[in-house]
Amino acid sequence: MRPALSVIFFTVLSGAGYGLWCWLGVALAAGVYPLAGVGVLAPLVFGFVLVTAGLLASTSHLGRPERAWRALSQWRSSWLSREGVASLAAYLPMLAVAWLAWRGSTGGGLRVAGALLAACALATLLCTANIYRSLKTIAAWRARQVLPLYFVFAWLSGGLWLWAWLALAPHAAIGEAFPLTLLALAVIAAITKFDYWRGIDAQPANSAGHATGLETLGQVRAFEGPVTEPSYLTHEMAFALARKHGARLRRIALGLFAVLPVLAIVVAVTTGQAAWMAPIAAIAALAGLFIERWLFFAQAQHALAAFFPAPQG
Amino acid sequence: MTSLPAPAKKKLGLVIDLDICVGCHACAVACKAWNDGGDFGPLADDDPYGAEPHGVWFNRVHSYEVQPPAPGPRLDLLHLEDTAAPAPQMVHFPRSCLHCETPDCVTVCPTGASYKRAEDGIVLVDQDKCIGCQLCAWACPYGAREIALPHPKTTTSDTDRKDAKRGTMQKCTLCVDRIYNETLDARDRQPACVLACPTHARMFGDLGDPDSDVSKVVAERGGFALMPEFGYQPVNRYLPPRPRRDGSTATAPPPAPATETLDANQLPPLLRWLDKALSR
Repeated sequence: MRPALSVIFFTVLSGAGYGLWCWLGVALAAGVYPLAGVGVLAPLVFGFVLVTAGLLASTSHLGRPERAWRALSQWRSSWLSREGVASLAAYLPMLAVAWLAWRGSTGGGLRVAGALLAACALATLLCTANIYRSLKTIAAWRARQVLPLYFVFAWLSGGLWLWAWLALAPHAAIGEAFPLTLLALAVIAAITKFDYWRGIDAQPANSAGHATGLETLGQVRAFEGPVTEPSYLTHEMAFALARKHGARLRRIALGLFAVLPVLAIVVAVTTGQAAWMAPIAAIAALAGLFIERWLFFAQAQHALAAFFPAPQG
Repeated sequence: MTSLPAPAKKKLGLVIDLDICVGCHACAVACKAWNDGGDFGPLADDDPYGAEPHGVWFNRVHSYEVQPPAPGPRLDLLHLEDTAAPAPQMVHFPRSCLHCETPDCVTVCPTGASYKRAEDGIVLVDQDKCIGCQLCAWACPYGAREIALPHPKTTTSDTDRKDAKRGTMQKCTLCVDRIYNETLDARDRQPACVLACPTHARMFGDLGDPDSDVSKVVAERGGFALMPEFGYQPVNRYLPPRPRRDGSTATAPPPAPATETLDANQLPPLLRWLDKALSR
């Protein structure tokens, strides 16, 4: 699949934003968030910026972005439509949390709003993952790791940003439990992603013989494509760029979203240098996820590609 | 509504005879010609007479080389014969929308633009509702849907500029603006591709009616559906090439699979630099 930057920006940035809102919402709901007022507003607004930047980026993937509102109508059948509804719904508890935090409230209202914020963020992540998970034509995205990975990556990248804020904010007493939870998430993310990569590498590719139904007659080779020039179909669904550097890019991604954050957390916990380590970990994870998401598209084979001759250099 | 309608009795579709298709592309050209000017046109073309023409086609004709399988191991080693490898067979393969009964291209649509007609099963896109998200094209394993580029690189005429606003998904309409068109002669109320085929390799009819001509020929010739494992239940059927008369069975090595290569010179500068950096 062609890795469209708009969709990569959307899933990575909005994913981090919703992950941040998940942590913030849960912490508020549980009454364990260490700050109030601006201490709540700052990460909330940062999450808003991430989420909104991602959503705006996603509209540039549309042929007719001015009609995007129509995508809210088919939530009964379409995960993309559900995602649109959930992503807009999440702004309501966000506004409620913002309003309550602005007024300095720490009561039950903020707890309820926080819980709703986390719930809406989770619902949106579920929809995003299922957009990809539900496409039968792309075997790689049917893998069992796809759904959990969208959550784990959102919680990891969003959590690192929340940790960065708490580490930088004055008077924010945070224990070691939160960074150590993030460390565990980074390890889980690395293992699950590695398992996903191993799984998709072992998947048999669709063949011309199978696609055309001619395999019963013999060995089938695509002799000629329909046209000499690339078409929308070959451009979008028979993308071939990623395979050459795949292994190296995977290592870079893994290093950025898992190894660096783990090292940063270990250093922060042992030396108390969280104010330096947390932002580094958050930025590294986000950069790693851009590469991870690029590979998620570029290394996913669409069943349609089998109809076409293999791209020649 | 992108929820699927209740299964209809009438299932209009095409039957394509791979035995007699000569790969002349007349169906594809006739399709382009009719639909460019029909109710669902124009079919966007980018740089049509330039170096890199790029445009929407509802129907595309592929060509495949089929190498008959090697015979089983010969038991009688004393009578090993030096048989010639059978010539590979060329099969021309027109590919278009199969108007599936339960397609995901309809259900994944977030806007309701992609829909299946309850009365005859034709799958259509409402060009006034489509937002061009392309999820339907991703959901289709048959490559039935192509987007009209929202931003063509070159716009040479008013028509092109009009196309430039399009940015919506386009697909085979089974010539819904022909088959019910009472201004046409009754025998012309067929899809343009069917009328254009010089070998009558394309047939149009109701595959939901077991007594229709198309259903009979499918039953007689062992017509098959493409990639049924997706569960989309394609309506269109393909008739397999008939067995060859010479009955040749000797072995020939299968051609080596083509390896993917990347021509770095074709890449934009940033990607070329990345390719260079990562190649070290």
